[in-house]
Amino acid sequence: MGHLSYEESKAKALKIILILAAITFGEVIFALLGKGYLIEGFKFPLILVAGVMILMSIVKAYLIVYEFMHMKYEVPGMVKSVLLPVFLLLWGVIAFFSEGNYWKGNRAKSVNAAKTKIEMKEKAGMQGSLYREADTLTKNI
Amino acid sequence: MATDTAVLHDNKVDWSGGEKKPFKASYGKLMMWYFLLSDAFTFSGFLIAYGTLRISMPAWPVPDFVFQTVPFFGTGYPLYFVTFMTFVLLFSSYTMVRAVQEGARENKNGVVAWMFLTVIGGLGFLGCQAWEWTELIGHENMSVTRNTFGTHTQNGFYLDENGNIDKSEPVIAGESYLIHKADFAAGHDHDHGDAHGDDAHGADAHGAHSYDAPGHYKEAYVDEQGFIHRKFKVTEGEMAGVMVRGLDGVESQPYEEFGPKAFGALFFFITGFHGTHVLSGVVFLLVIMLNVMTGLYVKRKNGYEMVEKIGLYWHFVDLVWVFVFLVFYLI
Repeated sequence: MGHLSYEESKAKALKIILILAAITFGEVIFALLGKGYLIEGFKFPLILVAGVMILMSIVKAYLIVYEFMHMKYEVPGMVKSVLLPVFLLLWGVIAFFSEGNYWKGNRAKSVNAAKTKIEMKEKAGMQGSLYREADTLTKNI
Repeated sequence: MATDTAVLHDNKVDWSGGEKKPFKASYGKLMMWYFLLSDAFTFSGFLIAYGTLRISMPAWPVPDFVFQTVPFFGTGYPLYFVTFMTFVLLFSSYTMVRAVQEGARENKNGVVAWMFLTVIGGLGFLGCQAWEWTELIGHENMSVTRNTFGTHTQNGFYLDENGNIDKSEPVIAGESYLIHKADFAAGHDHDHGDAHGDDAHGADAHGAHSYDAPGHYKEAYVDEQGFIHRKFKVTEGEMAGVMVRGLDGVESQPYEEFGPKAFGALFFFITGFHGTHVLSGVVFLLVIMLNVMTGLYVKRKNGYEMVEKIGLYWHFVDLVWVFVFLVFYLI
């Protein structure tokens, strides 16, 4: 509310909720379209779908925090003391996701090692394949 | 509540933080903000763990496949139900804003009415979540350590009852499947009900067959617990025609494996933690609504600040859902 009159803030709240609803609706439509559920054989690349989803979610978060939670009307010092620590999470996301990617690479390496073992055993005339061995490495984690 | 008595009995020693207010905000509001900041870090920790594990896996259950059931309508509607849930929570956020606005102009009945609607919204959301969990645990046999939703990493075809490939049922890399459970006691397949029609989850081939004991069948491997792992033949790539050998030592065509265990644990913990927040939010809303009704906040003459504080908490719960919705369902 802050500097707005009662009538103004009432209208503002309605406007914001409609924008939030529209964005949510847009997100779902874009997700279904991008993943190929709406038009047969039509897909966006996953990175584009994910990027647009993340952007839209951040816009939603901004509207909720600034309008609904009235962050807009707080003094700058307080806004900074609450919002700046959140940016630490950016590094969390970068560090952990690159670590996750590294694990994925390690798993692929294990699978390749297992495959090589299978080939060697097959060359040595062993019966059947040991694909299961590789499969266990990739899936039962 | 402690704060109420403090204000009523002693004007010098109260919980308002005194005359000099840091950041021109009251003690309660400021502390609510910092609590929410710490809570945001907790949720972020969970969600980052989810992202890390998902990235590290070669295949992850496709959300549009896992969450495609709608009450009364059955299956085959990706994201529909969870979108409905999201709207319920979003509009309860709007009713909360309205309650705070009515509080600012000291309109007691308005505050009670809008808070009541917010409680209804919160309970509606919890009801939806309860239904979703029931579906996953009761009908789809998910648990914290067992994920019945797997994803193919190879291309090929499912096997029919004679062990031959069935051209009408392709196996496609990147597509998810649900592992059904046989009902040994009843002597026929477990009835999955109309909510999860077998067609949509691609498991109708074994419909005619009944599994009364674990073991290898031509079209499926039934494990000790009765889970029916459908067999398929890989026809493309370097794994084409590959055979597998399980822990039982039997060599057979490859069959559907359980999905990454972490999926169930992460899903139940994160949505459960969020649901707990919604539940405690509903309880606090009810307590404060009762206080409003008794006229407690009229005496304080601070524009129903307590309603504002619970409002902050309620919007935060909605804010967290924006990101849970993003990582679990949209991407």
